[in-house]
Amino acid sequence: MRLPLHRQQIPLAATAIVLLILFGTAALLYKGFFSIKVVLNLFSDNAFLGITALGMTFVILSGGIDLSIGAVIGFTTIFVASMISQHAMHPILAWALALLLGTGLGAAMGLLIHLFKLPPFMVTLGGMFFARGMAFVVSMLSVGINHPFYERVLALGIPVTERAVIPASAMIFLALFVVALYLAHYTRFGRNVYALGGNEQSAILMGLPVGYTQVMVYTFNGFCSALAGIVLTFYTGSGNPIHGIGMELDAIACVVIGGTLLTGGIGYVAGTLLGVLIFGTIQSILLFDGRLNSWWLRIVIGLLLFLFIVLQKLLSSASASSRTEKVTP
Amino acid sequence: MNDVLLEMRGITKAFPGVKALSDVELVVGRGEVHAVMGENGAGKSTLIKVLTGVYPRDAGMVVFCGKTISPAAPIEAEALGISTVYQEVNLIPHLSVAENILLGRQPKRLGFLSWRAIRRQAEKALERLGLHLDVTQELSSYSVAIQQMAAIARALDVDARLLILDEPTSSLDEQEVDELFRVMRKLRADGLGIIFITHFLDQVYEISDRITVLRNGELVGVYDTSSLPRLTLIGKMLGKKPEEVERLESTAATAKDTTERKTVIEAQGLGRQGGIAPFDMHMCEGEVLGLAGLLGSGRTEIARLLFGIDRADAGEVRIDGQPVSLTSSRKAIARGIGFCSEDRKSEGVIPHLSVRENIILAIQASRGLLKLLSRQEQLKIVDHYIQALNIKTPGPETPMESLSGGNQQKVLLARWLAMQPRIIILDEPTRGIDVGSKAEIEKLVASLRERGMSVLFISSELEEVVRNCQRILVLRDRKKVGELAGGEIDEQRIMGLIAKNV
Amino acid sequence: MSADPLPFWKRLLSSRGFWPITGLALLLLFDLVYTTDFFRHESSFFRLEIRDGHLYGTLIDILNQGSKGILLALGMTLVIATGGVDLSVGAVMAISGVIAALLATQTNIPFPVVIALALVATLVAGLWNGALVAYVGVQPIVATLILMVAGRGVALLFTDGQIITFTHEPLVYVGNGHFLGLPFTTTIVAVVFLALALLTRKTSLGMFIESTGDNERASGFCGLNVRAIKLLVYGFSGVCAGVAGLIATSNIKAADSSRVGENMELDAICAVVVGGTSLSGGRFTLVGSIIGAILIQTLTTTMYGLGVPPAVAPVPKALVVVAVCLLQSETFRTKVRRLFKRSST
Repeated sequence: MRLPLHRQQIPLAATAIVLLILFGTAALLYKGFFSIKVVLNLFSDNAFLGITALGMTFVILSGGIDLSIGAVIGFTTIFVASMISQHAMHPILAWALALLLGTGLGAAMGLLIHLFKLPPFMVTLGGMFFARGMAFVVSMLSVGINHPFYERVLALGIPVTERAVIPASAMIFLALFVVALYLAHYTRFGRNVYALGGNEQSAILMGLPVGYTQVMVYTFNGFCSALAGIVLTFYTGSGNPIHGIGMELDAIACVVIGGTLLTGGIGYVAGTLLGVLIFGTIQSILLFDGRLNSWWLRIVIGLLLFLFIVLQKLLSSASASSRTEKVTP
Repeated sequence: MNDVLLEMRGITKAFPGVKALSDVELVVGRGEVHAVMGENGAGKSTLIKVLTGVYPRDAGMVVFCGKTISPAAPIEAEALGISTVYQEVNLIPHLSVAENILLGRQPKRLGFLSWRAIRRQAEKALERLGLHLDVTQELSSYSVAIQQMAAIARALDVDARLLILDEPTSSLDEQEVDELFRVMRKLRADGLGIIFITHFLDQVYEISDRITVLRNGELVGVYDTSSLPRLTLIGKMLGKKPEEVERLESTAATAKDTTERKTVIEAQGLGRQGGIAPFDMHMCEGEVLGLAGLLGSGRTEIARLLFGIDRADAGEVRIDGQPVSLTSSRKAIARGIGFCSEDRKSEGVIPHLSVRENIILAIQASRGLLKLLSRQEQLKIVDHYIQALNIKTPGPETPMESLSGGNQQKVLLARWLAMQPRIIILDEPTRGIDVGSKAEIEKLVASLRERGMSVLFISSELEEVVRNCQRILVLRDRKKVGELAGGEIDEQRIMGLIAKNV
Repeated sequence: MSADPLPFWKRLLSSRGFWPITGLALLLLFDLVYTTDFFRHESSFFRLEIRDGHLYGTLIDILNQGSKGILLALGMTLVIATGGVDLSVGAVMAISGVIAALLATQTNIPFPVVIALALVATLVAGLWNGALVAYVGVQPIVATLILMVAGRGVALLFTDGQIITFTHEPLVYVGNGHFLGLPFTTTIVAVVFLALALLTRKTSLGMFIESTGDNERASGFCGLNVRAIKLLVYGFSGVCAGVAGLIATSNIKAADSSRVGENMELDAICAVVVGGTSLSGGRFTLVGSIIGAILIQTLTTTMYGLGVPPAVAPVPKALVVVAVCLLQSETFRTKVRRLFKRSST
């Protein structure tokens, strides 16, 4: 029995449908929901989540996991804020340093995981502890950012209508999305990531640069987390060491709801974008509807996670039974 | 001769405690399909691993296309022109066929992978095998046979001149085998050398030009397929010269009565797709039934059906005349069946638990959580078997992983014997065990029989089967081809049944 | 093959308790040296005094504050022993705290029943995880992630987003009372530990769990009901988290669903791994996990004593985590051995 064309795209289609249903229902129920402004806010309010979820997508596709992203985001915000406000550093320099640090931590974790075959779960857990602690070393309290350059950046925007503008954060998010798409579908690196997550043993036997690929996914994710932190400072105008607590879960949820298998090898970057939009849509719904409370976000995400995981399980067992039985002599 | 593609001479490789290869030779020419055959432990896979660089060799030389080579990894061997297609198709299941063929070498255009070029190149690679399929489909949506073709296409795409096929037909049906052979013939005509590792006799005769037979790490001989009679080949593999085989008296022929014994278990038309064709069998109290046949003939498949590991899709099993459904190991154990698996690493040994725990685990499992065996009772059982089987261990608390393979095997045996089942299945119980201990185990099997246990005895060593069993089922290529009892049992007849071209 | 028994020091080094105990001993030694006033022959860290019939001191604080972590680690040990992991314990803590607080403040249900209901709820939560892992076949990280995300939402739902405060005497006693001179939490931990220890070592359950984690297939062939065993350990983890949640809620005399148990699942996993149980499953040690949890708590307390804000304590924790993983890694040990061989020739 041959399964339908591109079986892997079924979860992606399901995600898209969920998004449409959510958005469509909300548009019907709430006046003013279906507007350019709301759609743009989806992208800009969740830009930082989206950026880090894109990085996380590669990690999960490769069969790994990264628990440190929330802590890196928190560290980045306070580092940037502190450098700018307390050490009179120019934002661009602060950003460059922050990106360097985040990328460096990612690379370090990737190396530990690859060289010593350590479990990614534990190593990135250590990374998370480290980054979170260092955030508090930089500063125990939040620090505001007041710099003319920031104001210039915040004022940037591509006007769409007379009232709606695409702000810098959304632009960065979308730009990264395009880069992620390119990496995933048009470079050997991206295909190697899929191969690594699909079957590590085979990838090694096929001669693919498994070590390099593994280290690079964590390095790239470190970069994305730091970038997300920078974008978060646009949103909050400050840095705070407690930022990002629990965000790794949100990112993982976006990736899984987007159709990427937590075991790796299957999934789409576009799916993650949809997952982030779903996340944002639910949040917007909660905002619009005064009656629903914020914890519904957690419950709905949990429910969606459950449904998608079961869907993935069903699809994988359906394909397993259609394959010829392997018999060992 | 410049027709010689590969020359391996004097290959020796030893692992701690085991001599895997001893002065082995292999010569493959251009445009030749060369079969490599041998039973378990013969050294086939070690030879290939030495050739492709997975293991470094201890001695010997390898000359390929006139040059001496020493690859340090399969990737290097591939670069030299030697490609391997493994039994478990080592590709990425969820990527497309085209991607799998070109992974790592995808053509690019202006910094972007060119999917159109990928598709075209993959299609061309498959055309070389005479295949046309939708290469954009996921690999796993195709049958194993097609997946193998993709693996071969990949190997060829990297300009392989020597192709190694490791047990390629184990998961294929007849039509797919024909298709594979068609491809092999085409490649042979193109001048490729093919090493074909298999245990399927009929296939060897159908496709190969020459055969190298290995046994216990040594070269038995190299033969032209067309001039080697089947019986001789089997004899070579099992280490027997047909003319010299004596009629070994089976111990059972001299045993007391072969008459009215209570049938304990019987199977009628029991079978499983891809595992074993429907067969009949029965076992009586106090008898040892043997399963004889070459590697891959279906012996373990029968064992797995009886122990509930695999589910039968045809036929039924009766115990004491009552039909039973053996759908899980626990149900089988509850019915008094025990199973000592041949794959001790993944199905038997619990590495970090102690010898004692490994031995009593099955007993304790059947007693549940609360009815504990006291330490004394446990040690009594454990000491008994350490003695009876001569298990060499520093003590009962030693972790299993510290024991040698042979001793681990004995512990696993002890586990099942301690259960005192009515029916016990022993799959390769003497594999990896020294000669002296083999004798002990055989004595043990005899004593089990005397106590009324039914024993299903599976072994690749023909003389072992003959020596220990009162009745023997003969299997070939996943089918039961004969049954011998009492005085009929002798090695020659068994080999004849295996060799017969039905 | 008989081998001479390993020399004493080799056996000591490879015993599972060695590293965590050594680590803890070193840490305590550091505390001793740092906090000792040599002239007056007393150490502020190790000083114990009795007030109102209760024992007080830094050591007692460690036991008290670490009680939640110890409980989580105990439950987590069994889950990890089967080769799994339970990320939902923090969220489950929130659930039990909320149920207890609600029932205690808004109903007249007798206290023991309140506790029972809260724990039953967390048992159900644990069994839910276990069912997903054992019967549906979902990966443990994924399966417990669901409850981790949704669980807090459910708790918030029950309290309508409010933090519920209470002065209910028995509930306050749980986390703040004293029994036999020690904080009551110590008693709770002792009881739970004893229960689990008896359950796993006085019945065959312990061996079954270890066997399942070590080689699931072989265990199934031996007749073990591997699925039921996995279901059970997640149930235990849920109950332990439930008890920890009661303590946490009692500590602050409030049920704060969004903050209680935050990040504690990761600390619990650390404690188990540091304590000597391998992440891949198999042999486990409840005592080791307790030591591991105490070590982590001592680390935090020590840092606080050094003037380092507890928020920074994660940094040394990170180093400990990575160090332990390296030591447990076969690849690392092989590479180090090779390094030594080369430098000695």
